Amino acid sequence: MQPTTDYQVKTSGFIDWFALIIGRILISLVVPVTTFAVLIIGFRWLRDTIPSGTAEKTAVSLVAIIWGVGGAAILYVVSNWLVEQLNVLWVKRLQPFIFVGPAVAILIWYLALPTARSFWISLFSRDGTEFVGLANYLSIFTERTMLVAFRNNLLWIVFGATLAIVFGLLVAVLADRSKFENLAKSLIFLPMAISMVGAGVIWNFIYEVKDIADPQIGLLNAVWVAFGQEPQAWTALNQPWNNIFLIIIMIWLQTGYAMVIFSAAIKGIPDELIEASRVDGANEVQIFFRIMIPYIMGTIITVSTTVIIFTLKIFDIVMVMTGGQFASHVIATQFYRQAFTNNNKGLAAAIAIVLLIAVVPVMIYNLRQFAEEEAF
Amino acid sequence: MSTQADSFARKRRFSDIVVNLALLILVLVWTIPTLGLLVSSFRTRFDIQTSGWWWILPHREWVTVEEFIPGDDLDRDGVMEFAGVSGTFEELRAGIDTDEGRVTWVGNKRLGVVKVQENKWTIRTDFTLENYGQVLAGKTYEIQTSSGDVKTVQGDDFTGSFLNSLTISIPATVIPILIAAFAAYGFAWMDFPGRKPLFTMVVALMVVPLQIALVPILQDYVRLDLNGTFLAVWLAHTGFGLPLATYLLFNYIKGLPREILESAFIDGASHFTIFARLILPLSIPALASFAIFQFLWVWNDYLIALVFIGAKPDVQVLTMRIAEMVGSRGSDWHLLTAGAFISMLLPLIVFFSLQRFFVRGLLAGSVKG
Repeated sequence: MQPTTDYQVKTSGFIDWFALIIGRILISLVVPVTTFAVLIIGFRWLRDTIPSGTAEKTAVSLVAIIWGVGGAAILYVVSNWLVEQLNVLWVKRLQPFIFVGPAVAILIWYLALPTARSFWISLFSRDGTEFVGLANYLSIFTERTMLVAFRNNLLWIVFGATLAIVFGLLVAVLADRSKFENLAKSLIFLPMAISMVGAGVIWNFIYEVKDIADPQIGLLNAVWVAFGQEPQAWTALNQPWNNIFLIIIMIWLQTGYAMVIFSAAIKGIPDELIEASRVDGANEVQIFFRIMIPYIMGTIITVSTTVIIFTLKIFDIVMVMTGGQFASHVIATQFYRQAFTNNNKGLAAAIAIVLLIAVVPVMIYNLRQFAEEEAF
Repeated sequence: MSTQADSFARKRRFSDIVVNLALLILVLVWTIPTLGLLVSSFRTRFDIQTSGWWWILPHREWVTVEEFIPGDDLDRDGVMEFAGVSGTFEELRAGIDTDEGRVTWVGNKRLGVVKVQENKWTIRTDFTLENYGQVLAGKTYEIQTSSGDVKTVQGDDFTGSFLNSLTISIPATVIPILIAAFAAYGFAWMDFPGRKPLFTMVVALMVVPLQIALVPILQDYVRLDLNGTFLAVWLAHTGFGLPLATYLLFNYIKGLPREILESAFIDGASHFTIFARLILPLSIPALASFAIFQFLWVWNDYLIALVFIGAKPDVQVLTMRIAEMVGSRGSDWHLLTAGAFISMLLPLIVFFSLQRFFVRGLLAGSVKG
């Protein structure tokens, strides 16, 4: 609010006051409209420009990054400026929505509404024209390919999640008593930075199989042949155990995560507790099972939940390694296949809903934890 | 007493060795796969196809010291003599041992050659940067194949895909953090109707699998003509990253001393000023933790790119190109290894330089969530 004193109003009269109001309304309109126009022109230009050559592409990328990051920031600045033109009461009322509004809108558009929409889509036939009730859910739980996917996901959880947690705990405990703690932890943690696609390449190379007459270039077969065995196509044969070789990749990726969290938890165990049990004659194995494990049980449960949810949604590894061939489909790859290859949106949406239902207990637990917190 | 202390110390030392040995084995198992990829990416196409990457280490290998091309007039069904050894084709094919090594027939009966080989200690160190050149370049260029003739190949233009990955990852990291930081401030320090139910929604959405959104959002994008644009992918990553980001930043900002806010208010600062000038700078540790987390997630993402970028070749990101290459040219290991390493380079740099922040972010995310 511009400070307009009684004196000013009296002397310059009604027309000046009116012009001021009109001027301010105009500016309040011009600024956001210009901002929007500039952003939309930028978007159109970015969408329609097909750069040729690396230099041009670099320039376009730079513009895109600036447009994206700058655009988001400017929208906040402009909308906040707009609200601050109002009087204090309205600023107080509206400003919170400038702050939380965009986040809430995006969350509703991208996650909350899609949950309802996916459920709605799941009740219809493949092209969405015919209402089929729960038929899609029925076929999920009866079709052989889907049942294979469920079985495989179970294998992923039983072997993958479990071993990632076990190895994570093992490394955390071992590293805790080694001089090389930081180095060892960094190296085990390193796969966390690698994409599952990249990990797929790394492990495909390890599983590579060559004719028995040729030298093996895959590490696993080289070792295998050195023991006098025939080279194997690890990810294709011996179903369903070929899945284990895909699961190994996930163990390799996720152990680092479990290790980091466990390591922090172990450091939180009071030294006196360990020393006291040592004085009482407990050996290292007893200390591990009777003191450490119970002490960090809460953390173990949290990490297990996180890793299991991650495992439930596993997609990239299977997609890159086998594409779901050789009976290696999992729930998420079946979802992708139904949604985008078979174009059976109804069935795909039903699969997504099943995935959602699987994590509902965790959601309820989180909400309960949140409700108990004093903070709100 | 001293013997007891001695035995205690010996036990300690022994257990130290066991611990470090076990750790060493685990670390080797975890490191060797990546090492193999890295080493292979610098080996020539021929070397990768004919020998394991561990052959860069000293090993015994048959090295050819002399080679004969059997004459056309030679009776290949009878006993033949080369370099002082004689035998039938079958015997030669299997290799005949001599004092220095072996004589062996390589190839088929009519066109093969006879090699005199010695079993020597060697290393294969024929390293090259050609694989990287070939993967990065977008133009066609000529290479010499192992058989000696020149072939024209199409480069894979990973430079372009690298730029695409960067153009997607940077805004898809900054935008959700910006939005989440504003929201976190709003939830932590502002009062408005619906505050609690809205934040409850944030908490509830934290574990919702993103698969639930793919079909409906793709429909929206097709309707809005957004599919295959950078904006579409940024917004998708923003949507899926927001619940965790908002929750983490809320916890952090809530923990900042309230006096800061109050004294700034007394000085006449608005919420916006306080947020931009005070809270953002103070939250840098939390922002950095989440930024690394989100950056690695976006850079390494495959599913969202696959769905929302799809077949548009000029917007494809690295993960898509590599996955595609695995499918179409799965045995071109010289290109796959180099390509995969290019895609890992930036995450590894970020990871090693900012590991502390990353770990902090993980801890905040899991212990609470």
